[in-house]
Amino acid sequence: MSEIPENLKYTDSHEWVREEDGFGVVGITDHAQGELSDVVYVELPAIGKTFKAKEPAAVVESVKAASDIYAPVSGEIVAVNSALGNEPALINQSPYEKAWIFKLKLSDPTELKSLRSAAEYKTKIG
Amino acid sequence: MARIDRLWVLPQHDLMSDSNPLRKVPLHAVHEALGAKIVEFGGWLMPVQYTSILQEHQAVREAAGLFDISHMGELMVSGTGSEAWINSMLSNDIRKISPGYGQYSLMLNESGGVLDDLLVYRLKDQLFMLVVNASQIEKDFLWLEKKLGPNTVIENQSDAFAALALQGPKAENIYRKVFNAEKRPLKRNQLLETPYLDKSVIVARTGYTGEDGFEFFLPAELAKTLWDDILKEGGPLGCIPVGLGARDTLRLEACYPLYGHELLQTISPLEAGLSHFVVFDKPEKFNGLEALRQQKETGPARKLVAFEITGPGAPPRAQYPVLRQGKVIGEVTSGTLSPTLKKGVGLALIKADCAKIGTSLEIEVRGKKLPATIVKKPFYSSL
Repeated sequence: MSEIPENLKYTDSHEWVREEDGFGVVGITDHAQGELSDVVYVELPAIGKTFKAKEPAAVVESVKAASDIYAPVSGEIVAVNSALGNEPALINQSPYEKAWIFKLKLSDPTELKSLRSAAEYKTKIG
Repeated sequence: MARIDRLWVLPQHDLMSDSNPLRKVPLHAVHEALGAKIVEFGGWLMPVQYTSILQEHQAVREAAGLFDISHMGELMVSGTGSEAWINSMLSNDIRKISPGYGQYSLMLNESGGVLDDLLVYRLKDQLFMLVVNASQIEKDFLWLEKKLGPNTVIENQSDAFAALALQGPKAENIYRKVFNAEKRPLKRNQLLETPYLDKSVIVARTGYTGEDGFEFFLPAELAKTLWDDILKEGGPLGCIPVGLGARDTLRLEACYPLYGHELLQTISPLEAGLSHFVVFDKPEKFNGLEALRQQKETGPARKLVAFEITGPGAPPRAQYPVLRQGKVIGEVTSGTLSPTLKKGVGLALIKADCAKIGTSLEIEVRGKKLPATIVKKPFYSSL
């Protein structure tokens, strides 16, 4: 069974967000990394770039496939996890901790309310 | 997360639907029990990976891997007219091989495009088994049946057969244990029929991985026993089940073409670098012969090349544009991050006048241009 931490918010497209005082840290879920398996490349967004919710912001590539990672909420990129450049497999090993992908300065924190809770996401992935 | 390669995503309703046209291999339940990820491939539900593509890839390169290839089709051709007829249907010359050997060949359309690539196993002087791609079984059979020659019989026995492949440096060792076989049982491309339980298995020393290995064709009802026997003997030597994901990365490192990528009705064998398998001077005329003869004289307009990405960057993928000095000269047909070489590699169909080894190219990945170089084929082979 895949892990779904209680303290995070989730999207139907399998991203998670951790809220930190007006900022949102984003990654992909344990379920998503399991589906992809063997991540071999991560394309990070440029710092300073802004995204609307549901816009593609990063790309995670497994051996077989390239997958867009969407910004779960709107905002400006203030940090990216450059460790993923050298060690993309962190996504498989530690999807919620070491493999955060980018951090957004939220332009509309109320958007967080529209995301799924851990329980809702669990139901969604069955 | 979206835009996942189609091979990966199979909506649940497709699996469940009553009108499900997807077919299951005899070992389907075995793959499910092993926890394999199952995907659609060529109209079949197939295991794409059991544990990890990288791990399975490495097992085949360093020890051995066991593949279910029961989705492949088996067409049996027999009769006194069979040799001449096969020669008139396929590009290679079947007279070059004796009974007990296999030969790679191509089925072409009138304009010299590839309808399918296949292995012809000459079981007896006048008995042949054509092993064809899963997605092409029905089409090939209908096409061949329609053009059937005198004193020739063709039967589609795909449903009666299961097929397994055992590949890797430990394959021979495992094969000998399972079948109590002598030391050096077969040469490359050679085959034999060997007793197994109360039936027999066709064993061919062929494969699609760039490693030594065997392919087994056997009655579907024996597939589970052979699968278990191979894993029982091979397990201690590092043999593990391997899915289609690693089968694809292995064949790409070995530069074997994959139908639907390097081979299509719009791609000729001369463009694909397979002229070695087109015999122009045999007595029988075959489909596409005239078109290929002309193409041979003028030289094909495009060529399939192997390239390596020279720096860091995203892995190349099928359909990414290929550029030379800023101009598009073709596209990637298959690409991956090579698990063995640890760099981006691929095959690309490009303008013939840019196809020299050592030529600098650029591969366009999501708007970024990654430098690449044309290299000699294959990227890897232990054969």
